[in-house]
Amino acid sequence: MNPLAAFFAALMDLPERPMRWAQQRLSGGRLGWVFVGPNLAIFAIFTFLPIAIDFHYALTGGTQLLPADRPFVGTGNFSSLLACTDYLDANSCTRDLFWHGIWNTLRFVLFQVGLMLVFSLLTAVVLNGKIIGRGFFRAVFFYPVLLSPVVVALIWKWILQREGILNAWLTAAGQPTTNWLLDGSWAFFWSVFVSIWAHMGFYTLILLAGLQAIPAEINEASAMDATPPWRHFRRITLPLLMPSVLVVLVLGLIRAVQMFDEVYVLTGGGPGTATTFIVQYIYKTGFADQVRQYGLAAAASLLLAGVLLVLTLVQLKGMKRG
Amino acid sequence: MGSLSLRDVVKSFGDVKVIHEVNFDIPDGSFTVFVGPSGCGKSTLLRMICGLEGVTSGDIAIDGTRVNDVAAARRGLAMVFQSYALYPHMTVYENMAFGLENIATPKAEIARRVAEAARMLKLEPYLQRKPTALSGGQRQRVAIGRAIVREPRIFLFDEPLSNLDAELRVGMRAELIDLHRRLKTTMIYVTHDQVEAMTMADTIVVLRAGRVEQVGPPLELYNRPANVFVAGFIGSPRMNLLEGRVHRSDAGGIVVELPGHGVFATAAQGGRQRPGDKVMLGIRPEHIRLEGDLNPLAGVVAGVEQLGGLSYVRLADPAVTVQLPGQTRLDFGTGVRLHLPPESIHLFDAEGLALRRTGDAA
Amino acid sequence: MGRFLTATRGLGRWDWTDWAAHLYLILGMLVMFGPVAWLGLSSLKSESGLQAFPPTLLPYEQSSVVVPGRGTLKLFRVVSGEHAGQELGELRRMGLQSQLVDPKAPDTIIRLKLEEREPVTRLRAAWENYSELFGKFNFFGYFWNSVFITAVATILTLLVNSMSAFALSKYRFSGRDAVFLLMLATLMIPPTIVLVPNYLIAATLGLTNSPWGVIWPAVATPTGVFLLRQYMLTLPDELIEAARMDNASEWRIYWRIILPLSAPALAVLAIFSVMWRWNEFLWPMVVLSRSESFTLPLALNAFQGELATQWNFLLAMTVVTLVPITLIFAVLQKHITQGIASAGVK
Repeated sequence: MNPLAAFFAALMDLPERPMRWAQQRLSGGRLGWVFVGPNLAIFAIFTFLPIAIDFHYALTGGTQLLPADRPFVGTGNFSSLLACTDYLDANSCTRDLFWHGIWNTLRFVLFQVGLMLVFSLLTAVVLNGKIIGRGFFRAVFFYPVLLSPVVVALIWKWILQREGILNAWLTAAGQPTTNWLLDGSWAFFWSVFVSIWAHMGFYTLILLAGLQAIPAEINEASAMDATPPWRHFRRITLPLLMPSVLVVLVLGLIRAVQMFDEVYVLTGGGPGTATTFIVQYIYKTGFADQVRQYGLAAAASLLLAGVLLVLTLVQLKGMKRG
Repeated sequence: MGSLSLRDVVKSFGDVKVIHEVNFDIPDGSFTVFVGPSGCGKSTLLRMICGLEGVTSGDIAIDGTRVNDVAAARRGLAMVFQSYALYPHMTVYENMAFGLENIATPKAEIARRVAEAARMLKLEPYLQRKPTALSGGQRQRVAIGRAIVREPRIFLFDEPLSNLDAELRVGMRAELIDLHRRLKTTMIYVTHDQVEAMTMADTIVVLRAGRVEQVGPPLELYNRPANVFVAGFIGSPRMNLLEGRVHRSDAGGIVVELPGHGVFATAAQGGRQRPGDKVMLGIRPEHIRLEGDLNPLAGVVAGVEQLGGLSYVRLADPAVTVQLPGQTRLDFGTGVRLHLPPESIHLFDAEGLALRRTGDAA
Repeated sequence: MGRFLTATRGLGRWDWTDWAAHLYLILGMLVMFGPVAWLGLSSLKSESGLQAFPPTLLPYEQSSVVVPGRGTLKLFRVVSGEHAGQELGELRRMGLQSQLVDPKAPDTIIRLKLEEREPVTRLRAAWENYSELFGKFNFFGYFWNSVFITAVATILTLLVNSMSAFALSKYRFSGRDAVFLLMLATLMIPPTIVLVPNYLIAATLGLTNSPWGVIWPAVATPTGVFLLRQYMLTLPDELIEAARMDNASEWRIYWRIILPLSAPALAVLAIFSVMWRWNEFLWPMVVLSRSESFTLPLALNAFQGELATQWNFLLAMTVVTLVPITLIFAVLQKHITQGIASAGVK
């Protein structure tokens, strides 16, 4: 046995005695509690307890971190977040940044999820065909998924900077150049583009797995019926792929609603508020501002959680039907 | 030492009773086979003996000591599983050594015992291989070896040969019998195959639907089945079973009427049987004769199976199979006249219990 | 598009859809991998090479020449005028004029308009971008923080999740299904939502600015429990019974039988965990505020503000951050894509 394996074996033998002791005292399957214990404890401390605290924060004000030091404000944080004279105009709201975040997030979700679904579906269908080097191309499209969001953002920041390669090409082609990330509309466009670039490989993979699960006989039967390609796609492939499409749609939605890292590093939420999303508002309000307003951040978190809960329920319902 | 006794053993899963008040004793050193159709509870019974399943009520005792509450590992038993349950990530050696390591057996002792078992089972060339690199028969031997090294009081086998092909199965059967002869340890063996039971056991326990139907040596079960189920289950091809009624009962035995086929004298005694009572007449295919004058039965050949050394002739009405020595010239459609020797006829009452025959031991 | 589905493999005839498909994939490859390649190439350029506009594809550097009495001078080629074709060293620039000397005749100063000369360049990778990273910043510290957090969190994740998956798949105890559902429910609670209270808890436990502040919350993952449990359900119960008959304690059954046999699922989870921890950004940014406790992504984020002009170091650092994940992917590509496709989670 090599020394590393021996060391590992010795290490894993350490709990043997206490576990035997527990085993003798816990009959039937009750020893199972000992095995799930550590996992459950961590969930309790870092997931369940925080949700409870979230409510406490949301109902209290001030800038103190310790719950005991925080004055009760009731629904003050919520009403402050929701105070607008015109809900369609973020600038009319008390917390205008929150509302900019909401509208930007909505727009982002609409474009990002829609376009990503189209591109990953197209890529998956192409990859499922008669392709030379399928494994290679699948890997290429998947690769960005593995990259850190910060790395993704920096890669594109380097390309999009004023004297970057994109502007160099445009110059070479005789086109006007733009300072991409300093123009609101373009910055938003690139936020959508970069996040699709970074994540579509993952969804392509799910859809490809779904396509490959369609029995070859069905495609062959359809071919024997001389089904035209587009009709085959519409009437055979798409309906059979629907469960996977639904998974992609909902996972993509849940992710997009929480978009933060890539865009934060790429644009910092700017220019102005053009690419400030809801999670960035939570981060900024709770941690980045001079005055840390935990109550507002927690209230915004709970509102976000409500949206995500609805999305998850939709997913569960869809999965059941699938 | 390795004797086993079961007293009123019951197993229920919720409201469903799967083992009904089972009683029997297995003496030290015997080779006992539990046999029965699938779902009869034989595997459950074995798992209760070995401690993997709890006992709902009743007692299981090994060497006279009640073991109901003793953990499986501490009962001093070894089990060979149907799927072998070899640890796929360990070599053959490690598989056999694992149980000994668990009880902190000295390394040298482990090596000695594994070597001994490997020699006995001709596994020496494969000790460093993983189970996946072995054939079915070799895996089977490793599973047995893993049991042997533990030096158990009783070996338990749960349908161990069912995953092997027919030829290998015959070979392994002989090896197991040989192993038992050498080890002289009690073995309990579960199978649904009555041929395995007949060839290997010194005692057979026939089970059906969670009840013991009969316990006894193989030939005892063959010659004197206690009921219709055992009669039909033990023996291949199956015993012919024909429904009839008591014609009359006298000192010489019961005379049975098979509707449409006449009356048949038997050696069965039945004080309580009255004329007209329903009975089942059984006779093994090899006991039916083509010549003779007692108990004639006429029929037409519906099919012939020539095996070379012997032949089976099937009649459609009544549905009877006859085993003839050698080859036969009978063919489909031929009319035949069979004779059923009275001393070979088994008679079962309306509940399916065998009626005692003159000459049967008490 | 649907034709790809019905196309029978191996017929050997290419029609336009096949060409279109491959064209799409090659285009896609340029879009997906091109930016990363461009980052890699750029990271090898010197600071002055990075400022060139339009940028060159490969890392070039201006050649220089040592002129006796004048020191090391940058080398230029004259493109027009009486000296056209000569290579001269530049002494200084004055407005729109440049003073140059011929290295062979260093005493004569030649004055030229700027557009009359162009730099003489040669291909050279600026490896110093990488080597100086280690000297100039606390780069090794960030790298070590990232490695430590990733390694320790992954080992603990495997241990804690597999223990729990073992109990949930192989034991019967009252409350088991409730525990499993509770763990699955945490899938629906995204970490962003519990950001604020988690910070309080981390602060209370003294975990801020410590790698353990990133590790502990990450160790219990619903994905991992689910993945491992589903895999362990496929392991035959007879193996466990055989081990019990073999006198193995439950702990030994867990780590000598179940763990080794779950290796494929553990590998998938290990890959996930490495990816998650190495790339994690928001929670570390909240819990690690002191620069010496930064992980690589945090350091990158901090420097992209501070080092706006020092793109050469920033790019090199970005490359160093993506290389480990890239190497793992290159080696385990098949397992990763299959694992993710089968698990359907990220």
